[in-house]
Amino acid sequence: MADQEERVPVMQQVLDNHFLLLFLGITIPTVIYVLWGVMEVANIAVAR
Amino acid sequence: MATTYRICPRSGLQFDTAAEKLMRWNAVAGVLALLLGGIMALGVILTRWPAVHLLPADQFYLALTSHGVNMLLFWIIFFEMAVLYFASSTLLHCRLATPKIAWAGFWLMAIGAVMTNVAIFQGESSVMFTSYVPMQAKPHFYLGLILFAVGALIGCFVFLGTLVVAKAEKTYEGSIPLVTFGALTAAIIAIFTIASGAVILIPTLLWSLGYIREIDTIMYRIVWWAMGHSSQQINVSAHVAVWYAVAAIVFGAKPMSEKVSRSAFFLYILFLQLASAHHLLSDPGVGSEWKVVNTSYFMYFAVLASMIHGMTVPGAIEQAQRAKGYNKGLFEWLRKAPWGNPAFSSMFLSLVGFGFLGGISGVMMGTEQLNLLIHNTIYVPGHFHATVVIGTTLAFMGLTYFLVPVLFRREVLFPGFAKLQPYLFGLSMYAVALVMMGAGTLGVSRRHWDMAFAGAGMAYEWPGAAYLMMGLTGIAGVVAIIGGGGWILQIVFSLLFGKRLDEGETRSTPIPLTLPPQTGAHAAHVGTPGTMVLALVFLVSFILYYFVNWKYLSSLWGMA
Amino acid sequence: MSAISPPAERIWWKQPIDKLEFIWIAIAFVWSLVMFVMMVYWHIAGGQNLSNETYKTTKEMFAAKTQAVVDKYTVRTGTDAEKQFPVVKPPAGSDIYLIGRLWDWWPIYELEKGKTYKLHLSAMDYMHGFSLQPQNINIQVHPNYEHVVKITPNQSGTYSIVCNEYCGIGHHTMVGRIYVK
Repeated sequence: MADQEERVPVMQQVLDNHFLLLFLGITIPTVIYVLWGVMEVANIAVAR
Repeated sequence: MATTYRICPRSGLQFDTAAEKLMRWNAVAGVLALLLGGIMALGVILTRWPAVHLLPADQFYLALTSHGVNMLLFWIIFFEMAVLYFASSTLLHCRLATPKIAWAGFWLMAIGAVMTNVAIFQGESSVMFTSYVPMQAKPHFYLGLILFAVGALIGCFVFLGTLVVAKAEKTYEGSIPLVTFGALTAAIIAIFTIASGAVILIPTLLWSLGYIREIDTIMYRIVWWAMGHSSQQINVSAHVAVWYAVAAIVFGAKPMSEKVSRSAFFLYILFLQLASAHHLLSDPGVGSEWKVVNTSYFMYFAVLASMIHGMTVPGAIEQAQRAKGYNKGLFEWLRKAPWGNPAFSSMFLSLVGFGFLGGISGVMMGTEQLNLLIHNTIYVPGHFHATVVIGTTLAFMGLTYFLVPVLFRREVLFPGFAKLQPYLFGLSMYAVALVMMGAGTLGVSRRHWDMAFAGAGMAYEWPGAAYLMMGLTGIAGVVAIIGGGGWILQIVFSLLFGKRLDEGETRSTPIPLTLPPQTGAHAAHVGTPGTMVLALVFLVSFILYYFVNWKYLSSLWGMA
Repeated sequence: MSAISPPAERIWWKQPIDKLEFIWIAIAFVWSLVMFVMMVYWHIAGGQNLSNETYKTTKEMFAAKTQAVVDKYTVRTGTDAEKQFPVVKPPAGSDIYLIGRLWDWWPIYELEKGKTYKLHLSAMDYMHGFSLQPQNINIQVHPNYEHVVKITPNQSGTYSIVCNEYCGIGHHTMVGRIYVK
């Protein structure tokens, strides 16, 4: 079948790559939510 | 020990016998947590019902702590472990990776759950589910939660390991089923959740033991909510997967589009967890940029995903029903749905309630400025009783009606009650969520023993409508507890005394999943106009409610 | 062929999308953007935004600052129904300090309608919840952090501050007061 020879689209390959998804699902919230948030709190100035 | 497989004669599903046992034990442990949490719910609701005001303050806060922990963590995560094992080994027709390690995970979870409950019932650990520092619980309160989290983490890795096994042993071809993909989404979010929980609870444990002097309160809230909120995002992914599964089981429904549904889950993986920021919108210390980016799941991409699932699940059902000939008008497919089948009625009530009540309220209160209107009011529990109870618990209850004969090989007792139960529990929970949100809109606090402020020097008097709403919360809550308690009794009785069903064939090699031959052209395309109409009704309600709240906000004291 | 089996097509990514489904996705996407823009827009044009001004502080320092304002602007001692707390009437535009502690909001302020004040919030022990009623404005209050919120009361009346963050057995007795004249 012709279908068998056709390359699998990149996005489908991404969605089939479970460990890539795991990496993204951990990294994105860790950076955008946890690290950014903690950095902001760490940088709060001291009251005079 | 060699792996054996059982073919269920009722569903045609194939179970790895080791995995099957794990599913059963996890599901039962979950139901026990639900039972305890439900008893606590009765104490909570009867105290918040102003005319009853049952428990003294200390017992109320103890009951509330236990209710929160058992419902939001133990019941749901135990059940989710069962869902993960089902979605991997059963749906992929393969053996479960390392069942022994999975058992170690289960026992860690069980020991942890018991330990935390012991700490709560000893008193002195009534710190609520959130255990905000610097209020301190006993060390074994935190230790129990940590053990539970580690056990659940092990379960997630067993799930991922099973995906690897299935791929290596080629038990399926192409991509994993959509439901398994949804379970994968849940597992990924769970790993982030549990890791965050460990990151914050381990220092908190050390602090309660006296090794650490102080824990920063804002940082605690940031990292704790990466667990506390994300754990509810595991639920969202898991119950959406269950919706797809029930649609497939009951109707043989095929996803409208694999691409769309999987992309929607992909958006969950990327952005859903950012919503932990919903809890910090009225906090000092984190800036507006952080709040806006995180609270909106980047740019409402996870809301977009939920709106997609909200359409594609009923859409798939509509297509399946229309293909069967229920083609009259816009809604014959829905009218002729099996409303007496509790698996379906639970799933549909779950879907509608999650969207209309939980979804709309969640987005409203997750808006940075609008959050000022409801932060820490009883609106918040109103919202999450719509998402977690109507969305998740009801969906899981519905799935259990299917699992009792298939997984536990028992006939469901009291089928007449089973027909009614989803409506009794579901609709009363709709009412609970609505009146709690009503009271919250009037400002009534959550986690508050006495809205009459007995003993306060400068008591505030809530408007009569707030008392009315809280009274209705009590009444609807009691009905819901009857509905939920009835379900527990029914399931427990069925498991103990239901007629034993045929086990089916047990074999030592799995039957690989085979796909039917590909058809060149797609089957005749069926449209989904009925679902579209429902979706538009949803959208209009959403827009109206959203802007009504902006209008309300604009009338308040100026703040900058 | 259903959601519990692998997709039938080896390449499912190229399957066409149903027209109504596509329209719904487009609508949902636009609505998502509208909601996102709304939050940003309100920062520019709206009158109710929570301030980002926060400092690290200590309980002693915040208590001292509060005491200084109380010493300077107290107009009367409260009645028994006001727990005999000082009733403080600071000039419009000034910095005012409110302490959340087990189980009081201290002191009582008397503010002028339409005037702006810089309200400093902090807690002395646990976290507390500043819940202004019947306005229904709710702000989390942390110990060791000083949150500076500009407020402009727009209606006169007696307002209560209910604590809505659980803070122990006497939580329900923690109610404070602000008068707006």
